[in-house]
Amino acid sequence: MSSDPVAGVTPGPLDGIRVVEYGGDVSGPFCGRTLADLGADVVKVEPLDGDPARHHGPFPGDRPDGEHSGLYLFLNANKLGVTLDVTGACGRQVLKQLVAQADVFIDSYPSSSPTAPGLDYAALIDDNPGLIVTSLSPFGLTGPYRDYACYDINVSAAGGMSYGTGFPDREPLSLPLRQSSYLAGFAAALASAMALLARGETGKGQVVEVSETEVSAVLLNGYHLPTYIYKGVPGRRWGNRMSLGLFPNCVLPASDGHICIDTPQLEQYQRFLQLLGDQPWSENPRYRNRRAMTEEYPEESEALIAPWFRERTKADIFELCRQNRVPCVPVKTIDEVVNEPHLRQRGYWQERQQPGIGELTYPGPPYRFPRSPWRLARPAPRLGQHNGEVYCGRLGFSPGELTRLHQAGVV
Amino acid sequence: MQALGRFRVLDFGTAWAAPMASQLLADMGAEVVKVESRVRLDGLRLGRPIVGDDVAGGDRGRWPELQPVFHGLNRNKLGITVNLKHADGVELIKRLAGQTDVVIHNYSPGVLERLGLDYDALRAVRPDIIVVGMPAAGETGPLSNVIAYAPIILALSGLMSMVGYEDGTLVGELQSAWSDAVAGLHAAMAAVSALRHRDATGQGQHVEVAQWEATTSWLGEAVMDWAMNARAQGTTGNVDPGMAPHNCYPCRGGEAKEGWVSIAVGSDEEWRRFCRAVESGGGRGRNRWTRDPRYADGFRRWRRRAELDDHIRRWTRRFEPMEVTQLLQRFGVAAMPVMTIEDQFLDPHFRQREVWPEVEHPMVGIEWLYGLAWRLHETPGSVRRHAPLLGEHNRQVLGELLGVSESDLQRFERAEAVY
Repeated sequence: MSSDPVAGVTPGPLDGIRVVEYGGDVSGPFCGRTLADLGADVVKVEPLDGDPARHHGPFPGDRPDGEHSGLYLFLNANKLGVTLDVTGACGRQVLKQLVAQADVFIDSYPSSSPTAPGLDYAALIDDNPGLIVTSLSPFGLTGPYRDYACYDINVSAAGGMSYGTGFPDREPLSLPLRQSSYLAGFAAALASAMALLARGETGKGQVVEVSETEVSAVLLNGYHLPTYIYKGVPGRRWGNRMSLGLFPNCVLPASDGHICIDTPQLEQYQRFLQLLGDQPWSENPRYRNRRAMTEEYPEESEALIAPWFRERTKADIFELCRQNRVPCVPVKTIDEVVNEPHLRQRGYWQERQQPGIGELTYPGPPYRFPRSPWRLARPAPRLGQHNGEVYCGRLGFSPGELTRLHQAGVV
Repeated sequence: MQALGRFRVLDFGTAWAAPMASQLLADMGAEVVKVESRVRLDGLRLGRPIVGDDVAGGDRGRWPELQPVFHGLNRNKLGITVNLKHADGVELIKRLAGQTDVVIHNYSPGVLERLGLDYDALRAVRPDIIVVGMPAAGETGPLSNVIAYAPIILALSGLMSMVGYEDGTLVGELQSAWSDAVAGLHAAMAAVSALRHRDATGQGQHVEVAQWEATTSWLGEAVMDWAMNARAQGTTGNVDPGMAPHNCYPCRGGEAKEGWVSIAVGSDEEWRRFCRAVESGGGRGRNRWTRDPRYADGFRRWRRRAELDDHIRRWTRRFEPMEVTQLLQRFGVAAMPVMTIEDQFLDPHFRQREVWPEVEHPMVGIEWLYGLAWRLHETPGSVRRHAPLLGEHNRQVLGELLGVSESDLQRFERAEAVY
């Protein structure tokens, strides 16, 4: 394998793969980040005013600064960054030159966006037959909605993630932290890696088409599709309880937060009842049908067990339930997750110095490869940080040419 | 040509996450052999099925073949029944491992060691084998033995604490196996990446995918807020820090259900187009708020988002979700109905893109499954085979592939090593 661009780092499984990413916000950049973490060399191409994620935050002290947005810094670590105005012919030509050297080109600006490069995928592959073009868009490249405008909340809605989330008498909720877009971005990274394996056999690249709404509709409907087809249940909001499963399968308040309990096996439920002590209701036939307790009278059923939780702290409940092998855990807030001894002991969190900010914490490896490790090797690029390195070093522009592109407002 | 057609995968997965990982590989052409046993069936084969009314025999009768959730997660796979508690069963699996590229499992820490099928044992028969283990909380650490189903992992991950309304009301549950899908994608990525590493170096390896850590790894935005501001992000409902309007709005419902539409306006230009769309939609004069200068810029719209949402609700209630969507989209404004599975199943866009393929199952007949989450234009993959019946491919895999004779197979069956 070729040497790693970051000195002293053991090569990752995608070492030597060159990626050009043209995408903003979450889905395209998360696709690029996922490949970069596995060792790919990713050049992020931003419009002159930068990736919109630079304006999203969170910001240190809530002071907006395009170089300090937490969302941007998280999504774009491990990449090189260049600026380019691809709406003009000159900028488009430069982008084509970059793509001509790449193994994977990620294009996630939808056709409706003013910054869409409008490149002809087939022509790109003609010029570079091994190229994989990964197209991320809300609805895909075909079909009646293909040009619809869409933000993450609309992807969550059309992907089927929102309708069931929330209380029945209130509005449906989009997934928090734009998780539908992460799902789409990760799926696109996986599909690209599959196309790389296919190329290992054929030598040929191809278009990899990912529709963000389809990813959710496909990967998260395994229960809902048959429930609809065979029982005619089109979906409804179920609040703090899971619609499918046996009682108790819900989130309830503890004295200092919330807990989540799910006891599908009868023995687990019986051990839980023993924990509660002698409860006269447990002999009542109405409270022996665990499916009906969830589907038909959940509030009434939850009221039977809620007091036991409300009197205890999350930590005490967790300890008691662990000792008795009852699946019930605290609903951890993000600070509790960051400070969780289990994750600390496993060396999960990655702490890195960020110039101008101080120490930042990044989530760690979602997979652990002993021979070709996941890595967090460099911070996200400042706007245009690697223009010289990429345009002169890789495309062979002279310093004078780069100055001219700069003066012409192309980079 | 299939993208993954040159690879064989042994799937020891049960329930959701690990079977989904190997299903994603099977969809793209990998030959996935699901290893099961009647000694302990995959939990998704058990219980009264939602299809049919044949109760004869229960879990020991036809029920294990009538579970449509199982059929989705295990389509495109071959199925064998091998008893891993029997020495001859373990021996058969070791022989099969000699012809296997990837093993995927979600056993608790230590189980494969006890069976004599851990990475070192498998590597002895196949030096470049790739093993992807998917323990819930990892193989090490004080909580490595936690009993974890999808909601439990969601709770531990931190994501559940953010599911709820802007007023702080926690909802918590997502009505889907979110952490299973996330972990399944990561395990498939681990397998594909490790295969690429093996293509380049000849080396196999044992990859650990802790489902909890995979789910937490997508929460970097909230982790950054904690690192930067010591602020633990709570429930934010449908609020976006930079967009208003940005919400789900009630519509005129159909016969039996309510309708909702999601709308997001990301810039002042989009706001002007939104207002033009509302004004063009009839009821002129009733929507004076579209001309209110207090809503003309994004910052003030965001500050007044609650009253703005009231105006918009009064407008959206007059239409069905798809009517609002088509009107706003004509003006380039982002809007989509909040879709139920029924909406998605009947939707012309998803229909045209064949998101719900059909497959014929020998005991259920035609069934609709979810399709593929991506399209590789030259090597597209497909839903081409129904989920295996119990032991359906014992003779194909153990007989033809491994070369076990029919008399030996019958002997193994009598001894319940193949069972």
